[in-house]
Amino acid sequence: MREITYVEALNEALREEMRRDERVIILGEDVQLGYSGRGGLFLVTAELMKEFGPERVRDTPISEDGFVGAAIGAAATGLKPVVEVMYADFLLCCMNQIVNVAAKLRYSTGGQLKVPLVIRAMIGQGRGVGSDHSQVPLAWFMNVPGLKVVAPATPYDAKGLLKSSIREECPIMFFESFLLYRTKGFVPTEEYTVPLGKADVKKEGTDVTIVAVSTMVPRALSAAEKLKELNINAEVVDPRTLVPLDKETIIKSVMKTNRLVVAESGVKTCGVGAEIASMVMEEAFDYLDAPIKRVAAPHIPAPAAPTLEQITIPNENDIIKAVRELFER
Amino acid sequence: MYTKMLEIRRFEEKIGEEYGKGLVPGLVHLSIGQEGVAVGVCANLKDDDYAIGTHRGHGIAIAKGVPLDKLAAEILGKESGCCKGRGGSMRVAYINKGLLYSCPIVGTGLPLAVGVGLSIKLRRTNQVAVSFFGDGASNTGDFHEALNLAAIWKLPVIFVCENNMYAISVHIKKSTSVENISERARGYNIPGITVDGNDVIAIYNAAREAIQRARNGGGPTLIECKTYRTVGHGTTDPGVAYRSIEEIDEWKKKCPINRLRSYLIANRILSEESLQRIEGEVEARVKEAIKFAEESPYPSPDQVAEYVY
Ligand SMILES: Cc1ncc(C[n+]2csc(CCOP(=O)(O)OP(=O)(O)O)c2C)c(N)n1
Repeated sequence: MREITYVEALNEALREEMRRDERVIILGEDVQLGYSGRGGLFLVTAELMKEFGPERVRDTPISEDGFVGAAIGAAATGLKPVVEVMYADFLLCCMNQIVNVAAKLRYSTGGQLKVPLVIRAMIGQGRGVGSDHSQVPLAWFMNVPGLKVVAPATPYDAKGLLKSSIREECPIMFFESFLLYRTKGFVPTEEYTVPLGKADVKKEGTDVTIVAVSTMVPRALSAAEKLKELNINAEVVDPRTLVPLDKETIIKSVMKTNRLVVAESGVKTCGVGAEIASMVMEEAFDYLDAPIKRVAAPHIPAPAAPTLEQITIPNENDIIKAVRELFER
Repeated sequence: MYTKMLEIRRFEEKIGEEYGKGLVPGLVHLSIGQEGVAVGVCANLKDDDYAIGTHRGHGIAIAKGVPLDKLAAEILGKESGCCKGRGGSMRVAYINKGLLYSCPIVGTGLPLAVGVGLSIKLRRTNQVAVSFFGDGASNTGDFHEALNLAAIWKLPVIFVCENNMYAISVHIKKSTSVENISERARGYNIPGITVDGNDVIAIYNAAREAIQRARNGGGPTLIECKTYRTVGHGTTDPGVAYRSIEEIDEWKKKCPINRLRSYLIANRILSEESLQRIEGEVEARVKEAIKFAEESPYPSPDQVAEYVY
């Protein structure tokens, strides 16, 4: 079994898809060289320019609205751009193009155009980089019809989901977690993809369902380990894609365990957890033995000071606490 | 070009009437007075060349070859419209004739055109992409980001500014620091040119040169066409609160359609008789298109969720 990092898995996905389909191009800042001279600030695009040349791996000026807009135009006329927008916070600089154009083009033209576009961005919490470099804006994009939202948590999923995303024919928001970049995991050498819209049960259990998103998946898994000591057997479900959401797997799990905690690292208000909790209330209320709990960040901008920042990032203890509360009623 | 300009004029007059009858959902922005720009530019384009329009996009659509009946039906929100009624007046697209989209968010179409230019360059076809936009749009970040990208990547994109001097009610003197918008091309090291936007032949010639340069790998050009809308900003705006009647009348005298008509007669290119015949035919075509649109059914509610992805 081969273990590689999350970044290496993403890099392999890009390389394989660029080899497979010459319409795939990469656009973004520092994608050609980056700090290391190999490609990308975090090496996701490492060595790609060397293999595919500067025509297909393009450094852009710092003009997010401009180059994301250009990627949409290119996608609508025969290319398959994969755009890197560095920190997810910077997506705000191109919100107009993403929301008003990419997400709407197919619908507003009555199906005449397709926008096969992947926008990659990083969720960079926990590094003291402050309020405008630490946001987890998954829910913002879930709220926009016409976009799909992907948030892998393991190297295996990262590679398989990025490959699937590139093969889709619609705009995809692909969120990578900085905290997961260096984690290692099993990734086969053979060709495979992970379909969008399919959740993964990362750990089976019988007593409580923890739906964990992106960075929260490893934290939920270690929380589940510790909960064993309390004789609580937790099931951990990773939705992997938030739009489309695999409701079936989540509901099936809740029907089995009768309890639900949703864990995300973004802000609680109108967050991913709010959506999933409401969905379960609408469709599986009768199976719940306790109220649904949400673990998420407080409604506070990310501070730079480490002592403060840590409070704003949900961790494994928050999950354990939420689960315990469900059993202490 | 005369026929096309007249089609636009008669078509938009009728759309104005349809709006008055309550048959047009949403907002409608007419380009009456500006017909020369779209027609002069698009006369140089082939069907597989791309154009991207704006909220004021009917003229661009007609100039690019969108059938009048499909356009009228789209504006009225009908299933038979070129976007099946999902786009409406401000979002017309008709890919069969290379009209990629119309972007009603001001400035948004320019980066899109850059991407089309990139795709043309990488696919090594000999097409060009044209982005139309107003003077107001030339103050957006998108304008500057797009010109910079097109310039550094030397893309076959023509930026056509329809400078009608007003962004809704705001006069260009209040919003823009340069005398001619074409001067901004210098900042990106690309050719910029200002032409009389009511002289369709001058526009045709300027566009031809820019398009040839683009096809030959010479990169983008900014063309500014100084023109005027003799109607209000949108159908609910009489257009007189921020402009004097004298100013409007002065520009009505410069009508690009009458101007070409006089030229054709004076140079004995077409007789009064044949012009009248053309005018009759245009009238009939437009009437038919509007009738088609009125009689077409609306999209069926059970298809509301189609085309989302
Ligand atoms: C980003 C944005 N801001 C505001 C508006 C509202 N709006 C619609 S048209 C318009 C004026 C546009 O002026 P200009 O670009 O000169 O085009 P014109 O209407 O003169 O053809 C405005 C402000 C908009 N559609 N998009």
